[in-house]
Amino acid sequence: MAIKRDYIRPLDLKQGRIDMNHGAGGRASMQLIEEIFSRAFDNEFLRQGNDGAALPAPPPGHTLVMSTDGHVISPLFFPGGDIGCLAVHGTVNDVAMMGAVPMYLAASFIIEEGFPLADLKRIVDSMAAAAQQAGVAVVTGDTKVVEQGKGDGVFITTTGLGALPAGRRIGGAWAQAGDAVIVSGPIGEHGVAVLSQRESLEFETAVISDTAALHGQVAQLLAAVPEGTVHTLRDPTRGGLATTLNEIARQSGVGMLLQEASIPVLPQVDAACELLGLDPLYLANEGKLVAVVAPEAAPAALAALRAHPLGAQAAVIGEVVADEHRFVQMKTRFGGRRVVDWLSGEPLPRIC
Amino acid sequence: MRYVDEFRDGALAGNIAAVIAREADPARTYHFMEFCGGHTHAISRYGVTDLLPSNIRMIHGPGCPVCVLPIGRVDQAIRLAIERGVILCTYADVMRVPASDGLSLMKAKAHGADVRMIYSAADALKLAQTNPEREVVFLAIGFETTTPPTALVVQQAQAAGVKNFSVLCNHVLTPSAITHILESAEVRQYGTVPIDGFVGPAHVSIVIGSQPYSHFAEEYRKPVVIAGFEPLDVMQAILMLVRQVNQGRAEVENEFTRAVTPEGNLAAQKVVSEVMELRQSFEWRGLGVVPYSALKLRPAFGEFDAELRFVLQYTPVTDHKQCECGAILRGVKRPTDCKLFGTICTPENPMGSCMVSSEGACAAHYSYGRFRDIPVVV
Repeated sequence: MAIKRDYIRPLDLKQGRIDMNHGAGGRASMQLIEEIFSRAFDNEFLRQGNDGAALPAPPPGHTLVMSTDGHVISPLFFPGGDIGCLAVHGTVNDVAMMGAVPMYLAASFIIEEGFPLADLKRIVDSMAAAAQQAGVAVVTGDTKVVEQGKGDGVFITTTGLGALPAGRRIGGAWAQAGDAVIVSGPIGEHGVAVLSQRESLEFETAVISDTAALHGQVAQLLAAVPEGTVHTLRDPTRGGLATTLNEIARQSGVGMLLQEASIPVLPQVDAACELLGLDPLYLANEGKLVAVVAPEAAPAALAALRAHPLGAQAAVIGEVVADEHRFVQMKTRFGGRRVVDWLSGEPLPRIC
Repeated sequence: MRYVDEFRDGALAGNIAAVIAREADPARTYHFMEFCGGHTHAISRYGVTDLLPSNIRMIHGPGCPVCVLPIGRVDQAIRLAIERGVILCTYADVMRVPASDGLSLMKAKAHGADVRMIYSAADALKLAQTNPEREVVFLAIGFETTTPPTALVVQQAQAAGVKNFSVLCNHVLTPSAITHILESAEVRQYGTVPIDGFVGPAHVSIVIGSQPYSHFAEEYRKPVVIAGFEPLDVMQAILMLVRQVNQGRAEVENEFTRAVTPEGNLAAQKVVSEVMELRQSFEWRGLGVVPYSALKLRPAFGEFDAELRFVLQYTPVTDHKQCECGAILRGVKRPTDCKLFGTICTPENPMGSCMVSSEGACAAHYSYGRFRDIPVVV
């Protein structure tokens, strides 16, 4: 039996805007949830309609992996994606980097008063499409509205649950001297795509964000090499490749020696960085992974990454070395050597 | 990337390195100062020193615009933003320069000051035009490279009748700084800073030309080779300097002929001289008060001069006692000679200005080269 709706006029998805009522928990909130969120994310768990989702236990022998990620990106829409699909990919990838299979997502929205409903719908639809494509269900969520000026359009926090096969041990602390360092494709695309849309910095570029879910590629990689030979997986998002490698070096108590000439960078990204005085090593990626792999498994790992549509330009970019100082060093294309340090502060353009 | 990668070619670098090694006299040591932070950055980022024989030592000069900006000038800007409620806009690098009371522009922003990061002088004027109800002050810094754009927007502001825009002008002059170093006691009397020649500025020279350096070659007998900011430019310039020293020559040579002419960019020079005039003296961080080394707006543009508009007083502030930025900027000390380096002074928490910009000697060494200070097992 169909339940009669408590409201007559549908949301104005063309001209309408979020107002404080949408967050007050009354009818307006319910209407917003039904017409925008439930419709897009629809699944059996969400349909339970409760304060939480009751989920099946993970397959026998698996443990649960949980990860959460807040997304506060500006601009909300950028070449190649938007905050919606990014919020799915970001968390799915964090779960995948543990070697786990992502299964469920929770999503929490903080929306600023005055935010256009059309934009919200576009974001939620993009999120739903990304979740569907990644094969994960958004099973529970929350919506809050803050007064104008107290948010930046919309903030989305997603929490992911995944299943990790028993005995699998992949993490930042397990890199060993001699391991190969592999990156799954050209770096810096997301960073350049977003920067190109920033206020006062707009420039035209053909570069689009690489935002993508990586668990399919991870599954392909792990299937291609003996269990235990992939020591570390990590997605070099904020802070870029340089920062991710420093995190791994620090956690594992090792150093790294990179070959600049082996690090894949699109010419357009290189050119944008050149103009802005930035370094692609420090720009965010949203669809790339770094794999630290035992040397004997490196050729198979590289081949598996390349065999995936997201990894055609995967490359071995260096090796893990013993170094008590945990320096990430790089042999430059020019023939010298330098430290590849942590990012300090924001990546700011130099002035001259 | 065409027209860029050619100047970063490892094979060509190897060739030049071999020639330098062959021609450098093993019986002596060569000390060359690269004036510009851009060169310092290139040398560190590409590992140029790894390609040089051990008897060629590069001394980092004071040509990092952020590094030579004294605390008192940043304080002025912070006070304008906090006490006078202006929109204070400036280039990204300036945001983190440490000032008095543990503040920087970035920290002042966190305390509620309206501080905006801009990418060009034109953005500063645009900010004023889009916020007509607010006073907008552009903290303008830099050498001759960033000066013409500042002068140009002041002209444009006057032409457009903009009433809420002013410039806190801190533009400084390269030749004055070089003279100051050559006149310093360390170089002239004690010889504690042996300088055998200069790698001359790249972008600055595009504006001022190569002529202004002939004075250094003639008067002080120091060879100057103007070089581009790419690592091959630097290598080639070092080779040219080695040859000048070996042959007992002291001339101005131009490695950067693809961009630098003897007379420079006359149009840019004209705009600057129309809008700005010499200050009798200006305090540099590290170098102290240097006569006729900086510019201010001419009286005809007084309404755009933030110092006049807000009746600002300048109060000099001394650096942290143990901070060696001054000595490092003069080439007297190296970053590693400073007790603060890498301990309490890091790029995350800079105590001195050399640790702020990636062009600063300390930040460049910390970020790119500090593995050289300790034995590393590879």
